[in-house]
Amino acid sequence: MNFETTIGLEVHVELKTKSKMFSPSPVAYGAESNVNTNVIDFGFPGVLPSVNKEGYRLGVMVALALNAQIEEHTHFDRKNYFYPDNPKAYQLTQHEKPLAHDGYIEIEVDGKKSKVGIEELHVEEDAGKNTHGNSGYSYVDLNRQGTPLIEIVSKADMHSPEEAYAYLEKLRQIVQFTGASDVKMEEGSMRVDTNISISPAGSDTYGTKVELKNLNSFNFVRLGLAYEEKRQAAIIKNGGTIGQETRRFDEKSGETVLMRVKSGADDYRYFPEPDLPKFSIDPSWIKQIKDELPEPAHERRVRYINELGIPEYDAGVLTDTKEMSDFFDATVDFGANPKLVSNWLMGEVNGYLNEKKLGLLETKLTPENLATMIKLISDGTISSKIAKKVFQETISNGTEPEGWVKEKGLVQESDPAVLKPMIMDILDNNQQSIDDFKNGKDRAVGFLIGQIMKQTHGQANPKVVNKILMEELNSR
Amino acid sequence: MISKDEILHVAELANLKFKEDEVDSFVDQLGRIVEMEGNLSSVDTTGVEPTYNMGDTSTVFRADEGIHTQTREQMLENVPEVEDNLIKVPTIVAKEEDE
Amino acid sequence: MNYLNETIDSLHEKLANKEITSKDLTQDTLKTINDSEDTYNAFVTVNKDAVKDAEKVDADGIKGSLSGIPIAIKDNILTDGLLTTASSKILSNFMPVYSATVVEKLKAAGAINAGKTNLDEFAMGSSTETSYYGTSHNAWDTTKVPGGSSGGSAAAVANGDVVAALGTDTGGSIRQPSAFNGIFGIKPTYGRVSRWGVIAFASSLDQVGVMSKRVEDSATVLSTIAGHDDHDSTSSNKEVPDYRANLNKDMTGIKIAVPKEFWHEGTNPELLKQIDATIETYKKLGATVEEVSLPTLKHAVEVYYVIASSEASSNLQRYDGVRYGFRAKDVKNIKELFVNSRSEGFGDEVKRRIMLGTFALSAGAYDAYFKKAAEVRTLFINEMSAVLDKYDLIAGPSTTTTAFGIGDKIDDPLAMYMNDILTIPANLAGLPAASVPAGLADGMPVGLQLIAKPFDEQTIFNAAYALQEENKFYEKIPTSLKGED
Ligand SMILES: [Mg+2]
Ligand SMILES: [Zn+2]
Repeated sequence: MNFETTIGLEVHVELKTKSKMFSPSPVAYGAESNVNTNVIDFGFPGVLPSVNKEGYRLGVMVALALNAQIEEHTHFDRKNYFYPDNPKAYQLTQHEKPLAHDGYIEIEVDGKKSKVGIEELHVEEDAGKNTHGNSGYSYVDLNRQGTPLIEIVSKADMHSPEEAYAYLEKLRQIVQFTGASDVKMEEGSMRVDTNISISPAGSDTYGTKVELKNLNSFNFVRLGLAYEEKRQAAIIKNGGTIGQETRRFDEKSGETVLMRVKSGADDYRYFPEPDLPKFSIDPSWIKQIKDELPEPAHERRVRYINELGIPEYDAGVLTDTKEMSDFFDATVDFGANPKLVSNWLMGEVNGYLNEKKLGLLETKLTPENLATMIKLISDGTISSKIAKKVFQETISNGTEPEGWVKEKGLVQESDPAVLKPMIMDILDNNQQSIDDFKNGKDRAVGFLIGQIMKQTHGQANPKVVNKILMEELNSR
Repeated sequence: MISKDEILHVAELANLKFKEDEVDSFVDQLGRIVEMEGNLSSVDTTGVEPTYNMGDTSTVFRADEGIHTQTREQMLENVPEVEDNLIKVPTIVAKEEDE
Repeated sequence: MNYLNETIDSLHEKLANKEITSKDLTQDTLKTINDSEDTYNAFVTVNKDAVKDAEKVDADGIKGSLSGIPIAIKDNILTDGLLTTASSKILSNFMPVYSATVVEKLKAAGAINAGKTNLDEFAMGSSTETSYYGTSHNAWDTTKVPGGSSGGSAAAVANGDVVAALGTDTGGSIRQPSAFNGIFGIKPTYGRVSRWGVIAFASSLDQVGVMSKRVEDSATVLSTIAGHDDHDSTSSNKEVPDYRANLNKDMTGIKIAVPKEFWHEGTNPELLKQIDATIETYKKLGATVEEVSLPTLKHAVEVYYVIASSEASSNLQRYDGVRYGFRAKDVKNIKELFVNSRSEGFGDEVKRRIMLGTFALSAGAYDAYFKKAAEVRTLFINEMSAVLDKYDLIAGPSTTTTAFGIGDKIDDPLAMYMNDILTIPANLAGLPAASVPAGLADGMPVGLQLIAKPFDEQTIFNAAYALQEENKFYEKIPTSLKGED
């Protein structure tokens, strides 16, 4: 029996705002327990929500980047459920009229391109965090309560774990390039829930959906879905039926584990939030957001290739993350040769990041310093050997290269008026080497250059030295 | 009318519990009130938009400024049990809900 | 001292002329309250800091008309540092760390918070009998209810504890107790006054309002507490008039509609007689009066109980024993904490409304109950606004009976709900409405209800003032106070 797999993804992304979605409390990752809370976040009696314009704007931005249609007339709804990290016992979300609907993402798996539809996107508030102790108690921290989220619900358009993986990679890249979110799985600013069903090939009905939750990396999504495909197929082959259930992925065993069986639909008693008015999103505001959308990755890549002459592969690496791409653009803006910038970023810089296990923005390297250093190499002020020293200095300590090489006396000597007398002097004192050279012994040239370097403490520009030396040798 | 099972289901959703005799009187009382409310079905509302929000405002946004309006100490003042600045509660069994 | 013969203006004059200090006034007020509490149980908490607050006002100097004057505040309105309970066990230990906007505005005007008045638990009721702190008593007959839910505020004003008190009105909770106690009470337009810091019952219906013996005092207080508030996105940006300064009792040309459905068959005939007399007074003063019909009124109670209970069921979910308020003891897990804290912390009426609302919002019932009620609400709003397109005011009785006996209706929720039939319309449509003393029926006060166009509180104040100056009801001393002096 052959099966067809159907996968849908729900992705929650935390939006990068200063304050919460419905309260003015600051948003900050990793703050001390309950420091960034107020009476709204605690769901005190008498509090009322107020809508963060920037949160909504970032939501619209993500929606536009995902080619979705923005809903002009909308409102917020209450989703009612009790949980200690949900202080009002309702979450403010957009159930009936989401912020946007009908978008899509283009993905590519094994050279095959396809489109994955986006059902809808809505803004909502995040919950707090519970931790579980050992002695019969749990603990609640409400710092995260109210953090703006956008939930992106895909259509059930994916048919393999690889497609789901590609969708997530692409979604992360698109959202990251809007600047609306850090999209870091490890910090929880991007979270993924999936559902998967399988049905016999050619069947015109879907199988029973199984939800997979608590997936901590894209790779676990892929592995969890692959495990589910196999598990469900085995059950059906054995004449069993798939239960409507929620499962989690166990990272150690690589298997999915039952969390709970769903008995009918959940009853969240959604209804429009009466504490907020209705919202009419001004089309001119949407247009303005669209006009201001940061250049997306694929457009940057095309620009790098066509306008800056960067090879296709390199352009792909440079646009892998917004951090790298922004850094590249900024360095080029400081007047450095694009090809050289690209070489440095992909070579020395990436090597350094890998070795130190750091992110680009965690080092002291600035686009301006990198540009300066590259210019110093191009104009012959420093040798490529010295450049490595300069690079280590500026990436570790943020040192300005031009001043530093002068101060340390690392500037290359390229002036023929200085070098020529020195070379003449050395030749006058080494007749044997001139004779050797005339007799075809190339070794002699190396020896002479060595003498010059010794005398200039290695700062003579080898190209210039070579040129003068050859001229002199040939003329003697 | 509203059955005893329905009452128990609604109580479960509302996180309330009732003694056996209370449930019976609720079945009776709520039944009568719900019946009264059921008279609404006789009103023709074809093409009528529901009213959920009142007031004369629309599209009210707040500027994005992160500010502290209370201190943590103030926020924890009313909490029945606090440990290490966290709200202490009896064991949370299993998370059934999500955002 | 007792405020029965005082007004905000008369007190302001004494304070401004330094005949008395705010400290004297406040000490007297606290003494009056303490002396009358055994009889009326109007307060949940008396503000022990009131005298200190008064001394500060004295030191700063008497400024505006409310400066230095004690006002009572319903105990579902948050007061920073002063217990706020909503008359519920579940909030019996709740200490607010912020104040409602209306409280901040009163404070900025120099008013002194005298204390927190009793109410039906979470404002759900028409008698204050559902209060965790026991029922309050009617100033005209202490065996009778003061009405509700702002019964404590009504009793406090009627027996002369304070000149004015804040109340809240979701389905009549200011107007009905005002009618029952022979005082004036106004519920402003939805959005006129900020709801920030007011413990929510039903968000699309709740409004804070004012109760006082004299119309002009409510006018002064309402101008002070009204206006836009960034904390409340539903609060209006419309400018707030000086209702007191603009008072005008000229009724010439004022068009009054009397809906025939307000003359309900079950209504007390003695009460209706008083109402009819006030209508005649308005005619005599130059108003024109015409009968109109509000056919959808017969569904108003149904619409109201579905919407109010549904919103309440959600608004009251936050009382779960986790972050504040009552927490049940000896629980094994979080579910038990929720269920036991709520089941032990809420009273019967609140549980009943939560159950009703949870039901109306639940998956199988939403369309037939919640959505349907919201649609009928639209029809009703349209009906009211069609009448107000042609008339300045809608007038009729505030209640179908005068104050009933304590214990008479508490066991019959349906009968209790029907009490609200005449006050509910203004809440459903978000309109300003007031109850004005209209006379006595069988020795108990009767209230005339006036409803106006959105944000036209001034016309209500004017008409109420005109009637007050005609019937001088404020000169009548409540029965329970006679012979006390
Ligand atoms: Mg979801
Ligand atoms: Zn969500």
